[in-house]
Amino acid sequence: MARVLLFGRLADQAGWRDRVVDALDLSSLRGALAAADPGLGEALAAPGVQVAVDKAIVRGEATLSPFTEVAFLPPMSGG
Amino acid sequence: MTVTLTDQPFEPGALVTAFCVGREETGAVATFVGLARAEKGQAVALELEAYPGFTDAAIGEIVQGAVTRFQLHDVQVVHRVGRIAPGEAIVFVATAAGHRREAFEACDFLMDYLKSRAPFWKKEHGLGGARWIEPTDRDRTDAERWD
Repeated sequence: MARVLLFGRLADQAGWRDRVVDALDLSSLRGALAAADPGLGEALAAPGVQVAVDKAIVRGEATLSPFTEVAFLPPMSGG
Repeated sequence: MTVTLTDQPFEPGALVTAFCVGREETGAVATFVGLARAEKGQAVALELEAYPGFTDAAIGEIVQGAVTRFQLHDVQVVHRVGRIAPGEAIVFVATAAGHRREAFEACDFLMDYLKSRAPFWKKEHGLGGARWIEPTDRDRTDAERWD
């Protein structure tokens, strides 16, 4: 289980920005999100989209606990 | 060193006044204020999204880099988030240093980094609808000149 946050155009596309998803690791989380919304699954896997686990950028796999926060970050625009 | 994200309009003059108080060893304070442009009436509003706890931490790292590089006495960054109307201040940067060159250069450096590397997502609301904006090539090359 994890709290999932979407930012920027990803939140617009999904129609939500904050949701709890049942998953034990990042890949099963991606799988669950893609199963519920294939277009979103594709957008989350696109180049340039970074993943932060508990506010730290992660490349590759990560284990998730019920209190883990997973954020999908589309390319940042700067201030 | 302070980094503040706020969804409320702020008054830059009051920030400069407060920043200058009690600095007997600081010879120079440089400031920069970025304003939202109306784009000849085409822009209705700018919307900036931040990730609280992540965005301010990233800006804090940029600030720390500037403090070390330019031997600053202090830095203040105030950045708007949420919906910003044309003419309103988006960002305020103040740098305090012993002498003016360091203060000016640090201000310039901080803005180049904030414009290209700070984790914000920016949406432009115009007369014809809204669109998400990504950094321009100019923003990227401006930051690279400090590498």
